[in-house]
Amino acid sequence: MRFERYGIGIIKGLMVTMKNFLRPPITLQYPEEKLITSRRIRGNELVWQVSKCTGCATCAKSCPQGNIEIVTHLGTENNYVVDKLQVDTGKCMFCGLCVESCPYEALFMGRSYERATYRRRELVLSKEALELSEDRQPSGYFYPRIEVLLPRQTLLLYWDREDGQKLCWFPWRKKANRGRR
Amino acid sequence: MTLIGQFRDWLINFMPEWAAYIVAFLVGVVAIIAFVLVMIIVFIYLERRLIGRFQVRLGPNRCGPEGIFQLIADSIKLLTKEDIVPAKGDFWVHFLAPIVTFAPALMVFAVVPFHKGVVLTDLDVGILYVVAISSISVVGIYMAGWGSNNKYSLIAALRAVAQAISYELPVVMAAVGVILIAGSLSLSKIVEAQTIPFFLLQPLGFFIFLLGSMAEINRSPFDLLEAESEIVTGYNMEYSGMKFGLLYLSEYGHTLAASCIITTLFLGGWQGPLLPPFLWFLIKVLLVFFVFLWVRSTVPRLRVDQLMAFAWKCLLPMALINLLLIGAQVLWFPKALPWGMMVVNFAVAGILILLWSRLFALGGGRVEV
Repeated sequence: MRFERYGIGIIKGLMVTMKNFLRPPITLQYPEEKLITSRRIRGNELVWQVSKCTGCATCAKSCPQGNIEIVTHLGTENNYVVDKLQVDTGKCMFCGLCVESCPYEALFMGRSYERATYRRRELVLSKEALELSEDRQPSGYFYPRIEVLLPRQTLLLYWDREDGQKLCWFPWRKKANRGRR
Repeated sequence: MTLIGQFRDWLINFMPEWAAYIVAFLVGVVAIIAFVLVMIIVFIYLERRLIGRFQVRLGPNRCGPEGIFQLIADSIKLLTKEDIVPAKGDFWVHFLAPIVTFAPALMVFAVVPFHKGVVLTDLDVGILYVVAISSISVVGIYMAGWGSNNKYSLIAALRAVAQAISYELPVVMAAVGVILIAGSLSLSKIVEAQTIPFFLLQPLGFFIFLLGSMAEINRSPFDLLEAESEIVTGYNMEYSGMKFGLLYLSEYGHTLAASCIITTLFLGGWQGPLLPPFLWFLIKVLLVFFVFLWVRSTVPRLRVDQLMAFAWKCLLPMALINLLLIGAQVLWFPKALPWGMMVVNFAVAGILILLWSRLFALGGGRVEV
């Protein structure tokens, strides 16, 4: 005797929807709430560490697009001083070869992904715009020692918290612990 | 003496008798319309939010706190939209259809008791009135389909008529079971007769009435007349602006009416312990609405032949058996009425539903019921 043939299927279906009803929603309200991206993200920018760069231009040679423009002059202490480092992120395909080829670990992929602009010329990043700073941190791409320091990726808003996924059905309690950690 | 009657008698002290009649009834009508419109707004908001929760998403939450002003934004949009009539459509039929559809939804509430004595007119033929009036809205839907001069609208209208005719029979027969136990057609008397809610006394009748009225008000899974995947949105496809708004309102108005009638007939109306009666009434209405939503979010839409088969091969024979059973019990065993009846009827309902669902099993090469 198979109970599927005696109308039990509808009851089962109703139970499934009721279970979903009692779950918190998985909707991500994007500008207010953001998920944590992959630790090895190849974000829409490069991050350049000035102090380590020797101006060898290996990155420019490895770029399949010929996209990195680098101009140097000879400095006083037998070194190169970088005059111009310019990357057109509009042409960039984020292959990461420049990061992998850099012999002095001066170039990293960035972590940001919200870099849409109204003008194409704003996509061209100059030397100043590429520099490492507080809000422009390198991603863990090609550098596992950076990767382990970054927070783990989240795929769902309410998951992967200390307290786990809990039933917070009522909005006034929900607001308190939403958003990016 | 109803509340309106007392108000009228008090008014007679200040004005002539005919004016007191008119003023008292106008106040009652305005109060009822206000109740219905407010409840429709609550229903639409609840539907959108709760369906969202059933689908593990949030639902509208941008306009105002928790999205409570979403409906106001929508209605402003509807009011400011252009009113388009199809070039070869029948203008007057197209114009009147939303009104004919919406008016019955309001008129049903004339006999719904919200409290002991709080009812606009305590008709002695309450259920008959409800059944007759609520069927009129199908005429409005048919007018909408006809006046639109659109094949999909007309298909939807024909489907609506076929559906209403089919489902009217089991619904009325399930209601007759209630009338037999209560011994009256008046809704107020039916509520007062329910010391035990009638859905316990005749679960099969409640089941049939719930499903039948779900089909009559064209809610999913019986929303064949606006099956988006087949006939775009059916009868209201050619409507825009506030005419569409009125059709949309009437959909929820009928849902509210059906919830109120189910509450009154089967769930004990305003009766209940501790809380004030009106609150009990509201809670029960919202509960019925929640069941509608629950079923809507679970069950996919039926095919046309399945819909007809469900009415004629499942609900109607079951309603006849239920009527026979209740009639025999009321006639021959009036002493054993509450408890013995409850046990017997629950057993019969369980067996019948099991047997009939066996008949409706599909699959294994079987595609028709």
